[in-house]
Amino acid sequence: MKKYYKPSIFFLSLIPFFLILYKIIFNKLGPEPVKEITHFTGEWTLLFIIFTLSMSPLKKITKLNIWISFRRMLGLFLFFYATLHMLTYVAIDYRLDFQSISKDILTKKFIFVGFAAWILLLPLAFTSSKKAIIYLKDKWKKLHRLIYIISILGIIHFIWLVKKDLTEPLIYAAIVVILLLFRFNIKRYKN
Amino acid sequence: MKKIKYSEITPEKIYNNRRSFVKSVGFGAGLLAISSLPFLDNAIGSDQDNLTSYKDITTYNNYYEFGTSKGDPYKNSQNFKTKPWEITIEGEVDKPIKLSMEEISKSFISEERIYRLRCVEGWSMVIPWMGFSLSKLLSKVNPTSKAKFVAFESIYDPEQMKGQRYPVLNWPYKEGLRIDEAMHPLTTVVTGLYNKKLPNQNGAPLRIFIPWKYGFKSAKAIVKIKLVEKMPTSSWMWASPREYGFYSNVNPNVDHPRWSQATERIIGEGIWAPRVKTLMFNGYGEEVANLYTGMDLKKYF
Repeated sequence: MKKYYKPSIFFLSLIPFFLILYKIIFNKLGPEPVKEITHFTGEWTLLFIIFTLSMSPLKKITKLNIWISFRRMLGLFLFFYATLHMLTYVAIDYRLDFQSISKDILTKKFIFVGFAAWILLLPLAFTSSKKAIIYLKDKWKKLHRLIYIISILGIIHFIWLVKKDLTEPLIYAAIVVILLLFRFNIKRYKN
Repeated sequence: MKKIKYSEITPEKIYNNRRSFVKSVGFGAGLLAISSLPFLDNAIGSDQDNLTSYKDITTYNNYYEFGTSKGDPYKNSQNFKTKPWEITIEGEVDKPIKLSMEEISKSFISEERIYRLRCVEGWSMVIPWMGFSLSKLLSKVNPTSKAKFVAFESIYDPEQMKGQRYPVLNWPYKEGLRIDEAMHPLTTVVTGLYNKKLPNQNGAPLRIFIPWKYGFKSAKAIVKIKLVEKMPTSSWMWASPREYGFYSNVNPNVDHPRWSQATERIIGEGIWAPRVKTLMFNGYGEEVANLYTGMDLKKYF
C-alpha cells in the first residue's frame, strides 16, 4: 500500500497543471486569460509552499515519518509552479520584453519580491538530489531553511499586489505563520 | 404593445461590423491623415478600436458594491431594483432639483458614444455607451460661481448590495470632478450600452463616464450630484491617497505606485495578443489636454 503513496501524490500534484492546460486549449479562461493563468499558477505556488511546510508539523502531530518522504517532491512541484508563474509573466504577458521586465523588477516592489523568491528557489531545486544531500552534509539543512524566507516573500508578494481586498492573502499569511511557528516550537522543546 | 428597437433585432456581429463599414468609408480620408505624422504615433493597431463584446462588457466588471471579483457584479446584481430612482442635484446651484429617471430619459436624448475604457488595473475595453453630456444635465440647475467641483454619490443599500456589508471602501461610493472637467462634452451621463438599457452590473440606471480617466472615476448607480467649492475626497483617495489621486487621468508616464501604467491588455483579445501601449489621456488628449495646461501631472495624478 505504502508504495502507492508517492506516485499518487505525484499525479495529484499534476492536476492543476493539466487543468490550466485544458483551460488554455479549450479557451475557458474568460476575458483576461493571461491574468487568469498568472493568478492560477501563483495560487498553486502558494499552496505548494503550504503543503511543503506542512510535512514536518504533520510528522510531529501524527508521529508518522512517512510525511517527510513526500517533502522533496512537494518542494519540487512548488518550484515547478513558481517557474510556470514566472514564465507566464515573462514570456506570455510581457513577451520577453526584457527592458520592461527589468524596469518592473527594479521599480515595482511586489515584482521584485516575487522574483527574488523565485531566484532563492533555484539553489534549493538544484540541491534536491540525494547526492547533494550527502555532499553538502550539514550545510544542506541550513541551505534548505531558505524555504522559510521564500514562504514569507511569497506572502508579501501576494499582499502587495492586491488592490484592496486583503482577505485572501491574509488567510495564506495566517497559515504560513502558523506553520513557521511549529518550527519555533520544535526547537524550544529540544532546548 | 412593446416597441422593438432596431438594435434588438440586429445581431451583435452585424452591429460590430457596421463600424468596419464606417472605417472603410473613412479609409480614403485616413490615407490623407496618415501623411500628417503625429496620427501614426497613436495608431497602435485597429485592435484598440474594435468594440468589446457585449458579453465581456457585462460579465467582467469592477463594482465592489456587488463583490470584489470580476464576475460578482453580474452574478449579484440581477435583482437590483432601479425603479423608482431619483437623482438629487444640489449644492452651489441656483435651483437644486430632484429628477426621476423617467424625467431624465424624457428630457435628455441619449446618443451612441463609443469610448475606450482604461482600468487602473491595466486592461481596457471599447464600449458603445448610450448617453448625453453631463453639461446638459448641470445646465438645468445653474451652478453658481462658487461651484468649483462636482461630487458624485452612488447609492447606499447594503440590503441589495452585498459588497456594502463589508468595509472594503467607505460606502457610499464617492467620486468627483473639477467643474471644467464635468462640463467637458466628453463627460457623459450613461443610460445604456449597445443600444440597450444599462445593465445593473454596469451601473444602472444611471452612471457617468469620463473616457480620459481611469475607470474607477466613472461612478455607477448615482443618486446625488453635488456642486461644491472644495475638492471632494473620492472613495479611492480615502482608501489609499498615495495610490489614487483626485485627477486619475490615464497617463502612461505616471505609474501606479505598485504597478506600471505604460501598457494595457485589451479584453477579449486572447492569450497570445500582446500588450498595447497606453495612450496619454487614453487617446483623448486632443480634446482634453488643454484642461491641464501648466499642471504637473506627476504631482496631480
